Amino acid sequence: MIDAHKQAFKEEAAELLSELELTLLSLEHDPEDSELIAKVFRALHTIKGSAAMFGFDDITMFTHDIESAYDHIRNGEIKITKEIIDLTLGARDLISIMLAQSEGERDIDEEKSKEILMSFKSMTNAVSKPPKKQEAAASSQNLSNVQQGTAKEEIFHVIFRPAEEIFMTGNNPILLLNELRELGRAIIIANTKKIPSLEEIDPEKCYFSWDLILKTDKGIDAIKDVFIFVEDQCEIIIENIDDVIKLNGDEDFRNLEKAIYENALSDKYSVEDFLKTYKPAAVHEAASALVKHENKKTKHAEGHGENDAASSIRVSADKLDELVNLVGELVIVQARLSQIALKANDPNMVSLSEEVERLTWSLRDSALNIRMLPIGSTFSKFKRLVRDLSKDLNKEVELTTDGAETELDKTVIEKLSDPLVHIIRNSIDHGIETPDEREKIGKPRTGEVRLSATQSGGSVLIKISDDGAGMDKEKIRAKAISMGLISENVELSDSEIYELIFAPGFSTATEVTNVSGRGVGMDVVGKAIDSLRGAVEVESKKGKGSTIILKLPLTLAIIDGLLIQIDEDFYVIPLSSVEECIELTDADINNAHGRHIVSIREEIVPYINLRERFSISSAPPSVQQVVIVGIKGNRFGFVVDKVIGQHQTVLKTLGKMYKNIEGISGATILGDGTVALILDAAKIVEKEELEERNRN
Amino acid sequence: MGKTIMTVDDSASVRQMVAFTLKEAGYDVIEACDGKDALTKMQGRVLDLIITDLNMPNMDGIELIKNVRQDAARKFLPIIMLTTESQGEKKMEGKTAGATGWIVKPFKQEQLLAVTKKVIG
Repeated sequence: MIDAHKQAFKEEAAELLSELELTLLSLEHDPEDSELIAKVFRALHTIKGSAAMFGFDDITMFTHDIESAYDHIRNGEIKITKEIIDLTLGARDLISIMLAQSEGERDIDEEKSKEILMSFKSMTNAVSKPPKKQEAAASSQNLSNVQQGTAKEEIFHVIFRPAEEIFMTGNNPILLLNELRELGRAIIIANTKKIPSLEEIDPEKCYFSWDLILKTDKGIDAIKDVFIFVEDQCEIIIENIDDVIKLNGDEDFRNLEKAIYENALSDKYSVEDFLKTYKPAAVHEAASALVKHENKKTKHAEGHGENDAASSIRVSADKLDELVNLVGELVIVQARLSQIALKANDPNMVSLSEEVERLTWSLRDSALNIRMLPIGSTFSKFKRLVRDLSKDLNKEVELTTDGAETELDKTVIEKLSDPLVHIIRNSIDHGIETPDEREKIGKPRTGEVRLSATQSGGSVLIKISDDGAGMDKEKIRAKAISMGLISENVELSDSEIYELIFAPGFSTATEVTNVSGRGVGMDVVGKAIDSLRGAVEVESKKGKGSTIILKLPLTLAIIDGLLIQIDEDFYVIPLSSVEECIELTDADINNAHGRHIVSIREEIVPYINLRERFSISSAPPSVQQVVIVGIKGNRFGFVVDKVIGQHQTVLKTLGKMYKNIEGISGATILGDGTVALILDAAKIVEKEELEERNRN
Repeated sequence: MGKTIMTVDDSASVRQMVAFTLKEAGYDVIEACDGKDALTKMQGRVLDLIITDLNMPNMDGIELIKNVRQDAARKFLPIIMLTTESQGEKKMEGKTAGATGWIVKPFKQEQLLAVTKKVIG
C-alpha cells in the first residue's frame, strides 16, 4: 500500500517538476511576475513536503534551501536573475534524478548538488534574518514527546482558563480535558464563577475555567502539548507541585481528591488557596501569561493559477491499450453481427444489431478519446531543449509554440518526441545563424523556431519552422549524388530534393558538432514518421528559413476507412484522405485518349488503375468508380470496381513476410471474416510516379 | 456512525496518504483538491473535521477557513491546517482566520491520527 503511495508521489512529483521547468522558463522572460514566482515556490514547497512523507529525505533536504531562497524572492528581497534560473533548473534536474535514483537507475552528481546548494545558501544568507524555523521545529518536537515521557510520576497543578471565543476556532475544551485525563490521574474542578445570569449568556462563548490536579509520569512537556493549539487563546498555568504537597501513593491522592471535591461546593472556593491550606507551602507564580488575542486583518491572498488538478484518476497505459484492443475486437464482432442480422432478415435481430452498432461506435469513440493527450506536454519539453542548445551553440533562439491543445493519440505523441528533437536540433544547428551573422543580413539577432500543431480531418499537422538560413538545394543535391542516392541526370522537384535529407546517413554539415551533423538524425525522423503512418513535407527558402511539416494520423488503432472492391477482393483507403468518388465510364476513358486522366469540374486529375496496378486479370465492369484522394496538396484518383462504403477499420499489422510490401500498410478483418488490405495511397502514387519517370 | 473528515490538498499524494491513514483508522474521508473544490464538496454534508493545506491554487487554505467559518453551521467545526516550518506567519494568519490547530509537514501517520483524535475526540 505504501508503495502505491510512493508511486503516486513519484508521478505527481514528475508532473510538478515539468510544471516547474515551464514556469521557470516563463519566469526568465518575465522575472517580475509575482504569480510565476508564487507558482515556483508552491511547486518546490509541495515537492519538499510530500517527499519527506514518502521517505525521500534527500529530496526534502535538498529542496529546503532552494525553497527558502524562493521565499525571499517571493518577498521581494532577492531579484530573479538568469543565474538563479540556471541554478533552479539545475536543481530541478537533480531532484528528478533523485526521484529515479531510489530505483537504482542513476547516480547523482554530489559535486553539482553541493554547488547548487551552496549558491542558494549564500544567496539566502545575504538577506536573511535569523531563520524562523525554530518555533516549528520545537512544536513538532513537542508532538513527539507525547510518546516518550519520563518515568517519574509528578504532580502538577494546571489552571486552564480558555478565552471566551475558544469555540470560534473549533476547539473543544472538554476534549482537552479528556486528553489530560489520559496522561495520568486527574482531579478536575470546573470553575463556574464567570458564568453570567441567564439573560446575559451568549451561548457561543465559553465562561468556564478549570483547575486540575494531575498526577502523571509524562512530564510537563506532555501537558503543554495538550494545549498546543490553544496556548495563545487561553490562560494556562502549569505548576509542578510535587514539592508543595507530598503525596505518598494512591491513598493520599484519593484523599486529596475527596477533600477538593468537598470544598468545591463552597462558593469562595479556590483550588490555589485550598492547596496552600491543604499542605502549607508557597505556590509559585507561573510564568505563563495570557496572550492577547490579536485581531489583525489578514491579508487577502487569492489563489491563482488554472485549475490544473481537475478531478481525474490515473490509469496505467497498458490498461488503456488493452481496452482499445478489446474495443477493436468488439468492432469486428459487431460487423459480423450486422451482416448476419441482415441475412437473417429478422426485424428484431436487425434493430438489435443496429443498437449494438451504435453502442460499439460510441464505445470506440470514448475509448480512443481516453488515449488522446494534448500535444502541449511534448512541446513544453522543447523549450528546455532550445534553451540549452542555443546556449551550447552560442546562438540566440526563441521557441514559440502554437496549438498546444491539439490532441493526439498517446502512442503517437510518445513516438513523436524523438523525431521532433532531431528536427529542432537541426533547425537550430543548421538553420539559425549566429547572432552576428543574422545582424549582418538584417535579421533580428534572436532567431525563431516555431512549433505549431493543428488538426485537419483525421490527421494532425505539426509544423516546425525556423527563420534561419534555409536549405541549400544544390548542396543537398550534390551530396545525394555523391552518396549514390540519386543519379546525376534525374530531375527532382524542390520538395523531393529537400526530402533527401531524411535518407540514412545524410548530412551536409561539413563539421560534426556534438549537436548534429553525424547524419543519424533525420533518417530517424523519416522512419519514425513512417511507422506512425505519417508523412513529412519540407519547404525551404534560401535565406528565409525552412519548414518541416509532419502529417500524423490522430490514432493508430482504429480508423475510418472507405471500403472498396476490385474483382473479388476488398481494400480499404483511409477515409481521412478521401475527397470524393466519381464514376468512370468507358466513354470517359475514350475521351482521355488512353491517358489516365479524368476531368472533374474542369480540373484534370490523374488516376491509377488499381486493377492494372495489382495485375488483376479479370475484366472490369462497364462503370467503374474513381476514388479521389488528396496527397500532399495534389489530387489523385484510384480506379476501383465498386465503392462499398464507410468502414470501421481495426488496423492489424501484416506478418513478417508481407511487412515490406510497398503500398499496403496493413489489413483489417471484415464482418464475414474476409481480410481487406489497407492501401497506402501516398506510397502507391509515389511508386507510380517513379516508374513513370523511369519509363521516360 | 463514523466521523467524516475532509482532506484538502492540491498534492494528490499527500491527500492520498492522509485519506489512507484516516480510513485505516475508521474515519470516512472526503477528498478535495483546493479551497473551491472543498466548499463545493462539503455542501449538504455534515463534517467532523477539515484537514487543509495552506498553499493551494484557486483558493488557499486561509480563504477556505474564513469561508467555512462564515457558515453558521460550521462555526465550531474543527479545522486543522497543514503547514511547514517556513510558514510561521501563515500559521498565525490561519489561527486568526479560525483554524483549530495545525500539523507541521512533514508528518508521520501517528502524528496525523494523534492530532485528529485531539480535536474530534
